[in-house]
Amino acid sequence: MLEEKHNIKAWFYLAPAMVLLLVFTFYPIFNAFFLVFLKDYNYLQGTWDGFTLTENFRYVFKNQNFAQAMTNTLLITFVSVPVSVIVALLVSVWLNSIKKLRGTFQTIFFLPYVTNAIAIGMAFAFMFNQNYGLINTFLGWFGINPVNWVGLGASWSNAMFSLLIYTVWLGMAFKIMVFLSGLQSIDKQYYDAARVDSTKRSRIFRKITVPLLSPMIFYITITSFIGAFKAYTEVIGMFGERLGPAGNDRALITVVALVYDALDRSGAPGALSEAAAASIILFGITLVFTLVNMQVSKKRVHY
Amino acid sequence: MEIRLQNLTKVFQSKKAEETVAVNNLDVTIPSGKLIGLLGPSGCGKSTTLYMISGLLRPTNGKIFFGEDDVTTVPPEERGIGLVFQNYALYPHMTVQQNIMFPLENLKVPKDEALQQAQDIADLVGIGNLMNRKPAQLSGGQQQRVAIARALVKKPRVLLLDEPLSNLDARLRLQTREEIKRIQRETGITTIFVTHDQEEAMSISDEIILMKEGVKQQMGHPQDVYDDPDNLFVAKFLGTPPINVFDGVVESKKVKIGKATVTKSKSADQEVVVGVRPEGFNIVEKSDLQVQVEFVETVGRDTTLIIKNPNQEDKTFRAIVDADNKVKPGDKIHLDVKPHKVFVFNRETGELVE
Repeated sequence: MLEEKHNIKAWFYLAPAMVLLLVFTFYPIFNAFFLVFLKDYNYLQGTWDGFTLTENFRYVFKNQNFAQAMTNTLLITFVSVPVSVIVALLVSVWLNSIKKLRGTFQTIFFLPYVTNAIAIGMAFAFMFNQNYGLINTFLGWFGINPVNWVGLGASWSNAMFSLLIYTVWLGMAFKIMVFLSGLQSIDKQYYDAARVDSTKRSRIFRKITVPLLSPMIFYITITSFIGAFKAYTEVIGMFGERLGPAGNDRALITVVALVYDALDRSGAPGALSEAAAASIILFGITLVFTLVNMQVSKKRVHY
Repeated sequence: MEIRLQNLTKVFQSKKAEETVAVNNLDVTIPSGKLIGLLGPSGCGKSTTLYMISGLLRPTNGKIFFGEDDVTTVPPEERGIGLVFQNYALYPHMTVQQNIMFPLENLKVPKDEALQQAQDIADLVGIGNLMNRKPAQLSGGQQQRVAIARALVKKPRVLLLDEPLSNLDARLRLQTREEIKRIQRETGITTIFVTHDQEEAMSISDEIILMKEGVKQQMGHPQDVYDDPDNLFVAKFLGTPPINVFDGVVESKKVKIGKATVTKSKSADQEVVVGVRPEGFNIVEKSDLQVQVEFVETVGRDTTLIIKNPNQEDKTFRAIVDADNKVKPGDKIHLDVKPHKVFVFNRETGELVE
């Protein structure tokens, strides 16, 4: 009796979140899996022309931007995530070890988290400006000629480099916050014990800090990878809807951008299913990668 | 190796610039190869002293010598000490073997040799068969041994233990303290351990250092300190049940509790505090000290009498007498005190009189 009552209560508590998840997460997921098997689905009239297993996927693969989108997405993911995790880890360890001005630095490093990604993107675009950007000014001190990072006709590699820097920086704040709280929860006695045993600092970092922080590192890595696979806001933030430098449009297109591209054409038959197919491809990649990640980390994460 | 603490002082400063003197002008010489118990109530500065010897805390004043070397400013990693923390601080992600080998790897000992040494030391402390376990899979006593093994494996000049038994249950505590004694004897390493448990300190230490509020009260062989306390604090701190404390006077070379003369004294007339160990009473036919028994507790061979007396700190005092005395609650008895179990202290300073 008592338990049943509690059950009903529990469902009430869960209801607000459940309703929102059902409407905005579960329904769209199931719908995507439904749409992807419809042939020439017309969104406006709600009609379709029978079912198909692969046609919508083939549309995606045939998209002229598909290869570029895939390359960009994977590059952003596999460069920005490891770099930002490692840099964030080093910054947190450093922050944790200083006493003076720690609060100030903590605030500075956390600011990006409470700032709009688009605004930061615009600031970065300006920093990378060829003529009056900070980056080129800085390079100029070493006698390096101004580089066309993100301006008219900038090359894919320059634009990508700028985007990666921005992406890494954008993701740091949250990681630093999580790592710092993790570091502060590590018992100080481990470090005292290591000191008494004449352990070098680099070894303390490798053998004590990293393993004891591994649950946090794992959590951050997984969520960052998932987030990075969905890269889109970053590109918009820095390059706007052109998705690339002027004169090199769509050079930095990502898989999520493909989904939006297809949605833009949603009046056309089959476009919505193509969008669904693109998002399911992304879902598949993310899922496989996450599973691999979890397997690999089983041996390396110490709870 | 002999350890010498010279005028050692540690002052902690809070954020509001309030100063706390944790250790006050401590002057101690710790003999080589002995097991020393650093004893005192909590907050007496014993752990602070230990951490200053380890180097993890810097003294505010004074010097620390290891043998002839002044190590006051030497960082802990260069002092060659082994430290066992109160909650052991075993690395949770490493196996027992990895934990024990960790200090050796820091010293760049070749792998084979390190493995052998780790095994030897693990056998010595009796955990040689648990090498592949993680700390979480061990009992408190086993973890404690791993911590000792890790501290010993690098052959430290000094072994420091911070409340090593406080996390163990009563049975294990008895067992482990014998073990610590045995390990210390076998290795011959100068060992200092901190404890607030007087029984623990008295049972295994070669010498004890008793501290109160950062000041050394007395140092010596446990039994000597018990038999010959320098002041009232020391007398009260050592012994279970604790010493009975009475208000008394010295009058014409006689020490009196109330009207009863308990012993003689050479000192001048004054108001004093008289301490009598519970085992310091004899039941006799006739004496000045006539009392009424309130309760009788018989445990094994001892009978403890709980007795009322107006001239004392607590409401009752305890006398441990032979179980052969058939005393009942309510009985009026006469007590005699054994002279060497009576201590007379100055009422203001608490120092031993004469």
